[in-house]
Amino acid sequence: MLGLLETGSGFWSAIIWIVVVLVIGSIVIYIRNKGEDSYKKNTEQDKPFISGNPEKSKEESHLGASHIYWGFTEALKGYYNPLVKMHTGNINDYSGWIIVITVIILIMVGVSG
Amino acid sequence: MNLSNHIPILIVAIPLLAAFLVPLIGRINKKATGTLTTLALSVSLILTITLAVKILTVGPQAYVFGATSPSLTLPSGLKFPIRIMFQIDAMGIFMGLITAVVSFVGAVYSLVFMKQHSGLDKYYSLLLLLTVGMFGMEFTGDMFNFFVFLEIASIASVALISFRGIDLGEPAEAGFKYMVVSSISALMVLFAVGIFYGQYDILNFAAIASVIKYSQLDKIALGLLIPVLAMKAGAVPMHMWTPDAYSEAPAPITMMLVATSQASLYALFRVVFSLYNISLNALTVGWIIIIFGLLSMFIGVTMAIIQKDIKRLMAYHAVSQTGYMFLGVGVGLAVLANPVALNQYGITAMEGGIFHIMNHAMYKGLLFLTAGALFFRTGTKNLDKMGGLAHSMKYTTIFFIIGAAAIAGLPPFNGFASKLLIYESVYKFNPLLSIIAMVVSILTLASFVKVFHSAFLGPKLPQFKEVKEVPRSMVFAMAVLSCIIIFFGLFPDLIVKNLVHPAVMSLIEQLQYTGTVLGGM
Repeated sequence: MLGLLETGSGFWSAIIWIVVVLVIGSIVIYIRNKGEDSYKKNTEQDKPFISGNPEKSKEESHLGASHIYWGFTEALKGYYNPLVKMHTGNINDYSGWIIVITVIILIMVGVSG
Repeated sequence: MNLSNHIPILIVAIPLLAAFLVPLIGRINKKATGTLTTLALSVSLILTITLAVKILTVGPQAYVFGATSPSLTLPSGLKFPIRIMFQIDAMGIFMGLITAVVSFVGAVYSLVFMKQHSGLDKYYSLLLLLTVGMFGMEFTGDMFNFFVFLEIASIASVALISFRGIDLGEPAEAGFKYMVVSSISALMVLFAVGIFYGQYDILNFAAIASVIKYSQLDKIALGLLIPVLAMKAGAVPMHMWTPDAYSEAPAPITMMLVATSQASLYALFRVVFSLYNISLNALTVGWIIIIFGLLSMFIGVTMAIIQKDIKRLMAYHAVSQTGYMFLGVGVGLAVLANPVALNQYGITAMEGGIFHIMNHAMYKGLLFLTAGALFFRTGTKNLDKMGGLAHSMKYTTIFFIIGAAAIAGLPPFNGFASKLLIYESVYKFNPLLSIIAMVVSILTLASFVKVFHSAFLGPKLPQFKEVKEVPRSMVFAMAVLSCIIIFFGLFPDLIVKNLVHPAVMSLIEQLQYTGTVLGGM
């Protein structure tokens, strides 16, 4: 069958996947379109609720890249601090790493026989 | 004269000739330089496709320059075996196709993207030379010739990385750094070439492969070639030049630099498989490559997550994705001497790794072009300053979504197909490696969600009210790559069966490689 990729443990077909997604998507859309009985349009239900604070303007509410995953990077400070320090931007360090890795590989290849 | 027999040299000679013609044409008509470059690269693309069809149906092609025979003798009695060869098998043409597509798309994209810059004759001339360097590295069957093409590609890359302006500090600094690391790698490659020539008195890959003894000197040559070629491919911890170079080069050049890195990766695979093959300790060298893969995947993606410069972020992802290629092919190499494991999962792992090379060139190329499109319209690479651009750059947004989904390994795009092959086969070798690869994919998705949110989502920002979609030629270039990504995603079996599997087998079966060349000698 066209589009059927044998993976050694099974197979993958993007075409079959798309058909499945379309079928499941249609069911989801059908259920969604049936609607929620208690919903009333143009009432306070339409407004966002941000802890009771007044809503910011749309332009002000855009979250910049620096704020995204702040918690993730903060929690992994112990990992990130040395890693970022390693990236000095100094060409001497770049060259140093090449030499160090070359020596390690020369030893590994030499010793392994 | 049958021109079809000369396709291998025409693919390289046409852009080379155009590289020298472009500055001359530029004296008469500056605008014609881009058109001539695009024309030359489109001819190269057509010829590469023609050669690919020939190689995949007839078999590997050897093209000889210089002496017709290695034992040619002059009338004076002097032996004069001065000759080099192009040896193009399924793996070589696989890489050639990537180079041909990427350089053509890069030229088309440059037509408008670089319009405002001065010195375009030099830009296009260097772009063509970079293409020549890549083709040469992929087609040559000669070690010293490989060194020459590596140098051509490196020198052209240095100039192109720093092209954005001498008065700007960062591009010049990035170019300088790339020049230093390239010089170190060139020296080590040259030293390795000298070791082979000193021992065997030959420079041809296949000829060396047929007599290689894996002596201490051969081990030293291998120990020099592995790290420098891995470094040129962007392997951690020798990857630090990549964010500098990729972020400062013009977007189409960044896309081509990715392909250049992959040409070095190809050279590494060519060395370990076609030159040494089972004469080396496959398990040790395989694990060296796997460790490069693991470090590159994980450190690349975690560094990407914290970036604010869109191109630096993508550059770290390029490092991370190269890790998948190392992983897949490394597993294949580690079980090379074990026919049962090789057949059970080694070949599939290599297919995943090699397929990922092509997929990566396409989606990473597309992502860098979308980053270029954003820079073209907003004048910034800082994600903190962007927002709401999906309102005004609808095509770019769609292309970005396609590229981001592909790199994150989301079905039905091409990245998923190659990653699936890697996950399933590597799991049989060592489940932990496969799990790490999957975690890296999740982090990749998280990282591109951040880019998508920061640059494209949100309300239309006042400073970008005048922003509109990029010109048609840039949209066309991105559309070409998007179509390839979708096609490869929908029909990965066609690509794996007709392109990837023959490429993998040409690496594994050393005798096939040496036989073609030595037969043609």
